[in-house]
Amino acid sequence: MIDVYIDNKKVSVPEDFTILQAAKEADVRIPTLCFLENLQKIGACRMCLVEIENTGRLVTSCTTPVCQGLKVLTHSEKVRKARKFVLELILSDHPTTCLTCEKNTRCELQDLAAEHGIEIVPYRGDKSDRGKDSAANSLRYDGEKCIYCKRCETMCNTVQTVGAIYSKKRGFNAEVGTPFNVGFQDSVCVGCGQCVLNCPVAALKDQDDTAKVWDAIMDPDIITVVQVAPSVRVTLGEEFGLEPGTIVTGKIFAAMRKMGFDHIFDTDFGADLTIMEEGYEFIKRVKEGGTLPMLTSCSPGWVNFLETFFPELVPNLSSAKSPQAMVGAMVKSFFAEKEGIDPSKIRVISVMPCTAKKDESKRPQLGADGWSDVDIVVTTREFAKMIRQRNLDFVNLPDEQPDNPLGMSTGAALIFGASGGVMEAALRTALEVLEGHSIENIDYKAVRGLKLDGVKEAAVKTKIDGKEVEVKVAVASGLANARKLMEKVRAGEVDYHFIEIMACPGGCIGGGGQPIPTNTEVRKKRIEGIYKGDSSMELRKSHENPFIKKLYDEYLGEPLGEKSHKYLHTHFKEQKYYNNIKK
Amino acid sequence: MVCSCENGKETDFSLLDNIIEENRDNEGILINVLHKAQTHYGALTPQIQKRISEGLNIPLSEVYGTITFYHFFTMVPKGKYVVKICTGTACYVRGANKLVEQFSEKLGIEVGGTTDDGLFSLETVRCVGACSLAPVVTVNDEDIFKRVSAKEIDDIIAKYK
Repeated sequence: MIDVYIDNKKVSVPEDFTILQAAKEADVRIPTLCFLENLQKIGACRMCLVEIENTGRLVTSCTTPVCQGLKVLTHSEKVRKARKFVLELILSDHPTTCLTCEKNTRCELQDLAAEHGIEIVPYRGDKSDRGKDSAANSLRYDGEKCIYCKRCETMCNTVQTVGAIYSKKRGFNAEVGTPFNVGFQDSVCVGCGQCVLNCPVAALKDQDDTAKVWDAIMDPDIITVVQVAPSVRVTLGEEFGLEPGTIVTGKIFAAMRKMGFDHIFDTDFGADLTIMEEGYEFIKRVKEGGTLPMLTSCSPGWVNFLETFFPELVPNLSSAKSPQAMVGAMVKSFFAEKEGIDPSKIRVISVMPCTAKKDESKRPQLGADGWSDVDIVVTTREFAKMIRQRNLDFVNLPDEQPDNPLGMSTGAALIFGASGGVMEAALRTALEVLEGHSIENIDYKAVRGLKLDGVKEAAVKTKIDGKEVEVKVAVASGLANARKLMEKVRAGEVDYHFIEIMACPGGCIGGGGQPIPTNTEVRKKRIEGIYKGDSSMELRKSHENPFIKKLYDEYLGEPLGEKSHKYLHTHFKEQKYYNNIKK
Repeated sequence: MVCSCENGKETDFSLLDNIIEENRDNEGILINVLHKAQTHYGALTPQIQKRISEGLNIPLSEVYGTITFYHFFTMVPKGKYVVKICTGTACYVRGANKLVEQFSEKLGIEVGGTTDDGLFSLETVRCVGACSLAPVVTVNDEDIFKRVSAKEIDDIIAKYK
């Protein structure tokens, strides 16, 4: 440990700390833009400049290591002027059309400009022309707004190992984007939205579908059915000033009713249904020597990733549809039949933590009888925007319940929202089915928690056809971790039976459509919220959901049965990419 | 050997595959491979970039990004004769920018372009280290023309026609 003085305040920090880390230790905030904790410190944006007291030199605090006795001034006259100058230069190549920008009041650059008292941009000159890309299903790019901080590049390459975008060209023409300007849709982009989640401005944003939802609600001939994903109930509150992890389930349903949706169902019901189908599929694969390890298939960013980079492992993916698709399929078959509604008049709208769910809803194989399971997907952020547009006092809304028969859910469904949750929910059901009796201890803690680097593993003993078997499972989130694990699976180096993968670090609570900021601390709080919610639920096993039982009794018959096969299962295939590059 | 049709001609990729194979497990090898590939094939076409990306297990975005960063790399085949005009400080003050304009006009191509007959490419270069000879023009990095004036341009071009 060495002593450092930040604005004359002495702190003891490890020798390998940067000035920025030391300042945090001293409770001094230094503004940053291109910095990403533990991921990117490149000193590119120059926002974090500080003054070294005895030399008067300005250095970037994110890249400069501390030394014994170092004295740093973070807000001297020189520093303030330098930061203002840096901001003015960034703004000289950035549109100042904040009022009509999607990120208005939610932009890091706007906040910094306000904080530093920027009133005019004194520099006039060329503006860089980086084009736009609105053609992708999941996200949009507006190059004019890019400030070249490269946070998106780091998320795409380091955290996700997708490599859809990278720095191109140099100098004033430098930009981050797809090779040959093919655009996101024809690139290897999986739609995970981690770039959107980390863009400080509005250069990368959701493919905005809120207008489509309002149109459907306002159309008297259309019946709107809305559903909300597990993780959204512990994150949406953040958009309205609540602490990350605050459970706002009842307020979400109340808001949906006020917004005018005709039927309010729950993706959590779909999650319970997914567990039934996926759980039975797993048992069948184990008993009948099917392809193992079985891989979960409910995270669409992950499914795209596997289809793109590991096509030979497509047979390992569970054929069970994702919860949102299952709800959609049941709405347009079972529910429509029951209520005597023409499915073509129904619009299924999903509120998802995820940009890739938009892409998933457009998969041609997710639908039946000429309709799509899901029609419109909005992210947590977009849904928050709609609540604001409807002028609802979200925080003070009294709790309400979803509608039946596709609204009730269990704790097993709620934990889908965190990495490890699908595995735990599947074990809760599959092991009871295998052993034929109720199991008391259903907390599989080994698969829980935020593991940003590596794999969570567990081995559970059970009986299959009278024989004792050790079921080996693995859980990973973040596609860099998934890639490493899949390389081992492909090489036959691991002998897991069942693997859960979520594309985003921490699972859906860290999804690309979630509130900004989503960082390690926020992710942890959201995960806590999820498991707190689970432990307080009356029912915590999917197969105990009475409406699930009823659905099988009245309509589906049995898991993996004929109707299930038609409505609740899908197929996957290799994705080809870069098809539009000219030779 | 894998061949592929391009402009009616067969491109032989066996040499590229060898280059990739030799360097597959070396870290930070991309620039080296790009260099060798360009030397052999004349340009880093999209097809070559894809092959390098897949062979070295480096995203195409990174391969493309690297190529567009370095002035040296080109995606369009260069002409038989690459005319380079030095625009370093000494050459610049002695009228290199005028030479660029005139070469461009006479060859009918922009800087970075190649004539339709595939004979000439035009480039600028930052200081060839012969400031006393400014302004300097080189052809294929071998022939060096010193203190070039506007009236010599036709003669220089004619030499290679």
